[in-house]
Amino acid sequence: MSRTRTPAVDGWFTGGGDGFRLLGTRCSSCATVFFPREDVHCRNPCCVGGSLMETPLSRKGRIWSYTDSRYRPPSPYVSNPELPWEPYALIAVELAAERIVVLGQTTPKITVADLAVGMEVEVVPGVLHEDAETTWTTWHWRPTGVRA
Amino acid sequence: MTRDVAVLGAGMHPWGKWGRSFVEYGTVAARAALADAGLDWRDIGSIVGADTVRAGYPGHVAGATFAKALGWQGARVASVYAACASGAQAIATARAQILAGLADVVLVVGADAAPKGFFRPVGGERPDDPDWLRFRVLGATNPTYFGLYARRRMAVHGDTPEDFALVKVKNAAMGALNPNARYRGRVTAEEVAASAVVADPLRLLDICATSDGGAALVLSSTDFARRRGVTRPVRIRAVSTVTPRFPNTVLDLPDIATDSSVAVQPADETFRASIARAAYEEAGIGPQELSLAEVYDLSTALELQWYEDLGLCGEGEGAKLLREGATGPGGRIPVNASGGLASFGEAVPAQAIAQVCELTWQLRGTAGERQVAGARVGISANQGLFGHGSSVVAVR
Repeated sequence: MSRTRTPAVDGWFTGGGDGFRLLGTRCSSCATVFFPREDVHCRNPCCVGGSLMETPLSRKGRIWSYTDSRYRPPSPYVSNPELPWEPYALIAVELAAERIVVLGQTTPKITVADLAVGMEVEVVPGVLHEDAETTWTTWHWRPTGVRA
Repeated sequence: MTRDVAVLGAGMHPWGKWGRSFVEYGTVAARAALADAGLDWRDIGSIVGADTVRAGYPGHVAGATFAKALGWQGARVASVYAACASGAQAIATARAQILAGLADVVLVVGADAAPKGFFRPVGGERPDDPDWLRFRVLGATNPTYFGLYARRRMAVHGDTPEDFALVKVKNAAMGALNPNARYRGRVTAEEVAASAVVADPLRLLDICATSDGGAALVLSSTDFARRRGVTRPVRIRAVSTVTPRFPNTVLDLPDIATDSSVAVQPADETFRASIARAAYEEAGIGPQELSLAEVYDLSTALELQWYEDLGLCGEGEGAKLLREGATGPGGRIPVNASGGLASFGEAVPAQAIAQVCELTWQLRGTAGERQVAGARVGISANQGLFGHGSSVVAVR
């Protein structure tokens, strides 16, 4: 049986393959970018307030910092307690155009040994977890030049 | 007109993993603080509780729960929640009541019974809550944020895991002298290095535990203290409870991203530095006048960050200050003479109050074996989830 692919969070990313992008919003008045998206009010206290338009974020950025999770995180993170825990790396990525730092998991098999502050990474589609009916999709960061 | 409030009493329930109710810890701490002040609970005009969230309602709505446990006597009540900064907000609330003339003497209580392992958000399907989302989408526990900060320091300032381990060695040595600390054993750098990695580059002994504990203070107007014959009380001179300024460019818990600074140039100082600056400005003192500091060492690396944020040294010089011994016993500015979170573990709503208990005992000169010689001015600093600054300056 094939599973339905459903975003783990609605409206935070779009597209597939090289067209995959994180989605934020941009204030039409002050141009501030928000991720996670703000859809009602601009949070810049100096801004008179504009409308917030959906905007894709830069596909590539540089590592601000990184770490990993050697122990199984608690719920609501979903993992199979019957399988041995596989640590994953987390990267905080600085996007130059948006002047923002966005956290994300790395693609599977990337470990902290593969990473360095300042390294270029790109956003790619990823899978958070699967259950009987659904593949829950997310974003992953991957060092540029690494495939699959 | 003085803006000071007097600390008449300080008390704690020892930190540990006792497996009992937070109400018991808070009540024990409250009774200890009242005894220390030489006051009867019925003399107290107002009680302020710092809430825990791990007990139906916010800590059964903390102030009232403690008032009931001590015996209803009609006191004014308030309860506050600001995550790790809850205790400082409770102190700020009490102080505001005293300075406004609404109460002469106020009891401040915080207590927690923490779960084993990682803190986690409350249950349910709550995608509108950033704290829930960071666990759900990223599995980003608190230690992973500590790991990000530590790695960043290594890359930018050249800190090493050995520097981080030295913080634990220092704090464990101080905590060994504190009867209220949970961990009373000394720790070696080798033991830190041999402990398991939790969130690279941090190991188990770099990261503070989650604990049970309770702390309380009796605060009053300086007039009330004088009438009681307390001529030279420890005085709280400043309480900083500031929020960040947009754009906040440091990735703070529980956020998945920073603010964008594409439209507004960020301030020269970080949020954490602004917490301390607000406290210094309110107190009219500077970091060079400090005798000691109690900072929120959720991780060893974060303690080094606080050195810089408090202005004890320049940016990037935290590890050097530590290695010189300036922040250890007998140093120029001992930090976490109590043993810090490294020795206590975190009992969230009690922790900022416990920091002020330690400042109180140090400034009175009654801190026993861990006494900082000639202590006159102390500062505490901490930061609560969701943008809560917390810093208290106490003098004597």
